[in-house]
Amino acid sequence: MGDIKLKRNDEYLSYVENVTPKTGWFNSLFHAFIVGGTICCMGQMFGDIIKSYNPNMDTLRVGSWVSIIVICITIILTAFGVFDRIAKYGGGGTFIPISGFANSIASCAIEFKNEGLVFGIGSKMFYVAGPVIVNGVAYSIVVGLVYMLICLF
Amino acid sequence: MKRVGDFTYELEKKCYITGKSVLVGEKEKTGTFKKYFCDSVTDDKMGEKTFEKGERRMLFEIDKMALKDAGLKSSDVSLYLGGDLMNQIVTSNFVAEKLQIPFVGIYSACSTLTASLGVGAMLIESGGFENILCSTISHFSSAERQYRYPLEFGNQRQCYSQWTVTAGGAFVLSTNKSNIIITKICFGKVQDYGVIDIANMGAAMAPAAYDTLKNFFTDTNTEPKDYDMIVSGDLGKLGSDILRDMLLKDGFDLGQNYMDCGHSIYLFEEESYQGGSGAGCSASVVSAYILEKVKQGVFKKVLVVATGALMSTVTNQQGDSIPCVAHLVQIEKV
Repeated sequence: MGDIKLKRNDEYLSYVENVTPKTGWFNSLFHAFIVGGTICCMGQMFGDIIKSYNPNMDTLRVGSWVSIIVICITIILTAFGVFDRIAKYGGGGTFIPISGFANSIASCAIEFKNEGLVFGIGSKMFYVAGPVIVNGVAYSIVVGLVYMLICLF
Repeated sequence: MKRVGDFTYELEKKCYITGKSVLVGEKEKTGTFKKYFCDSVTDDKMGEKTFEKGERRMLFEIDKMALKDAGLKSSDVSLYLGGDLMNQIVTSNFVAEKLQIPFVGIYSACSTLTASLGVGAMLIESGGFENILCSTISHFSSAERQYRYPLEFGNQRQCYSQWTVTAGGAFVLSTNKSNIIITKICFGKVQDYGVIDIANMGAAMAPAAYDTLKNFFTDTNTEPKDYDMIVSGDLGKLGSDILRDMLLKDGFDLGQNYMDCGHSIYLFEEESYQGGSGAGCSASVVSAYILEKVKQGVFKKVLVVATGALMSTVTNQQGDSIPCVAHLVQIEKV
């Protein structure tokens, strides 16, 4: 009985695989390239503007300011309900730069406001961004160990 | 009540549908059935603070409208059956408290409509009940935050996903006469064909609809062309194509007399991918469009087979497949 069911499911799943429409990878990549590229160009522009006003500022500092500006813009766009429309078009192009991270935290904060400050915003704010941070920390440990081993020899 | 074949029950007394109502959101109002959706809301919070409160308010309005349509007060109704998509069917619970009608909650995901109509019709048949109110609702914003991501979170949907409708419908079943009756009921067996992808609801639910329809046709010795319209709940475009394929393999050709509420509720331009989904999808279309056509005599014999995906976010995250069910009711004009 179990075998018949497994066989039936396998046949059905491969049939579903055949008939399910696929997202066109070329379109997705192209949209991500355009939107992601635009965000990065804007970041570069902010950096250049800051640099032109403060020629003595070091590059790391300029980078921090650029990040802050991009995050601020993202949060404002999220609050006005515009960002998700851009992201629907841009996909990975909006998610990979720091804008995606800012959006994931801001959208959760807006969303769970009704559940209160502690159990709402407090515990759910990193609902989407949490896994990214955990992964970031975990991989940085791995990279750090590899780096340490390389330096030993 | 008479049992026909293995799974189908034929009602011998008359169970009439005397009242119906529908309330839809803005996106649904601009869709295919805009002529039939008379009442709609523009604010999906209904002036309340949260989406959940808005959903409750919407369901309460829907129930009140159905009672008004049937010419009843809430004290005339002996039982309230219904459910919704929220955890612990909390929306219906709150509304039942407001209505003060004895309440039995039914959770059958998107097939709540036909589950409650089926159970309600059988209770009317039992002879003890005079009027029963059945209602169901789904709300895009509250469902989205319970099942998926925050609303403002920017992500792309799969092109095979579906869009939860903001809509609800209510029906009053009664022993009082009207020109719409429920004649046959066929409850479905839960089917699990191993689909895990939560976005691909159509493919998960199609086997349930296939099983119920096949059982019904076999039990009653009929074919799809014996009915003026066969309506499925929210299979979407992909799911309804799969259902057609599966039934055709068994020799049942659904042909022209078949529609899917989810597939047809939105216009192509509304970017809802495979179509609408949610408990309110079949409830609103059946209430506003199908029953109206039955009333006018355009359709004389209609099968409504709503499908429901019975997973939870927990089982889904643990990698379990999606069990699905489909219940069927036959509605006729007298």
